[in-house]
Amino acid sequence: MILTIAAKEIKVLFVSPLAWVFLAAIQLILTWVFLGRLDAFIELQSQLMLIANPPGATEVIIVPVYAVASIVLLMATPLLTMRLMAEEWRNHTMPLLMAAPVTVTAIVLGKFAGLMIFFLIIIFLVGLLPFSLFLGGTMDLGLILSNTMGLLLLAASFVSLGLYVSSLTTHPAIAAAGTLGLLMMLWIIDIVSTDLGNLLPNLSLLKHYEQFNRGMIDSFSVIFFMLFIISFLVLTIRRLDGSRLHG
Amino acid sequence: MNETTCTLIAHDLSRQFGQYAAVQGIEIELKQGEVLGLLGPNGAGKSTTMQMLSGNLAPTRGSIQICGIDLLDHPEEAKQNIGYLPEIPPLYKELTVDEYLRFVAKLHRVESSQILDALVRVKDRCGLNQVGKKLIGILSKGFQQRVAIAQAIIHQPKVIILDEPSVGLDPNQIREIRELIRELGKTASIILSTHILSEVETICDRVQILNKGGVVYSAALSDLKQKSINLEQIFEQFTLKKELVGDY
Repeated sequence: MILTIAAKEIKVLFVSPLAWVFLAAIQLILTWVFLGRLDAFIELQSQLMLIANPPGATEVIIVPVYAVASIVLLMATPLLTMRLMAEEWRNHTMPLLMAAPVTVTAIVLGKFAGLMIFFLIIIFLVGLLPFSLFLGGTMDLGLILSNTMGLLLLAASFVSLGLYVSSLTTHPAIAAAGTLGLLMMLWIIDIVSTDLGNLLPNLSLLKHYEQFNRGMIDSFSVIFFMLFIISFLVLTIRRLDGSRLHG
Repeated sequence: MNETTCTLIAHDLSRQFGQYAAVQGIEIELKQGEVLGLLGPNGAGKSTTMQMLSGNLAPTRGSIQICGIDLLDHPEEAKQNIGYLPEIPPLYKELTVDEYLRFVAKLHRVESSQILDALVRVKDRCGLNQVGKKLIGILSKGFQQRVAIAQAIIHQPKVIILDEPSVGLDPNQIREIRELIRELGKTASIILSTHILSEVETICDRVQILNKGGVVYSAALSDLKQKSINLEQIFEQFTLKKELVGDY
């Protein structure tokens, strides 16, 4: 059942130009950054050789690409998640799902899985950039993998939050604005809260992502992402259940 | 009444929206192969009742049994036997008719080996053979309504709940839909709501009139015909003159 709903989400996504525009735009931006860094690396290479412990190609080229990718995903996710639930309500298709022999959990997980498949495509396409460099030399595979894993967890967190916000309203635009606002807040929370103790900065999704970006898979960050994802999925399930109970 | 022949039993069905009681203590029993018409003025609670019967809305009080399975305790098993056409057709306008019906069939757990058969059969029944490859969004209102009905019957449910099935159709399409409903009524039990009294007279076996959230009148149509009672008079009597409601 989860797969059926996920497949439908993917289909609806790809029959609209939105998905294709996003794939193209994201790839264009990231390839641009990638080529820019590659140029810089080639230029600096001779000077880097003189340093005792020089940063490798992966650190100079790939790490910035993934850092930009996280910001790009932050901007793009609200526009992709906005219609997940809001549109079902707006188009009055929710009764179809609710009258079908499917649990609310399956509906929510199906929609989450559907969009995650789309994000896997994005992350795969981003991954092609560092792998193209394998043609010319050796890369730090561990660093690439930790970045990929971080980006995956980050995207899943964005999607679960977006899914929840989308379930709160019947207007996709409001869902998009709300999600973007919350994601921005979670981004800057570690910048503005420097002197508010050390609890608040831990809520910043991008701060946790920085760990992965630097090549460190911190179990605290992994658990934080997991809890974040599960919390918002559960909230969405409760919200759908509530619509049945409270009308 | 023997319970095994009943495919739908709703007992003491009630629904509050805050302080407002939309439906209070409705009793519905639907026998196999019976077509029940729900009549009532706007706001009488017809749609709320149907939303509850389809599992879209949890009742505040009361119980619903579909083919002997409690809808509230075992929603998934019970829902497999329900086909539901909401008031506003639940269509994904960006999908084609075939894609949409295939999705609905999978959603209702039709075996994947039988989906093609189900698709052919339901398109044939609802007159959708010409439009299978077309996007739902570009179809006329009549065709969209037919797709929505196809959606409700693709898994051959034992109980079919139709909320105003003939709304927005032209007279010819209305006649076709009525024929379809009568044919479906041979194998399944159907509960439908409508504002058109003649529709009830032509296709229903039994009629219940709702007013202000309660059932105010219930009769078999064969009885009405026998006593040559006019449904329109009954409707006026029970939904306009409130003092008579108490007498009933």
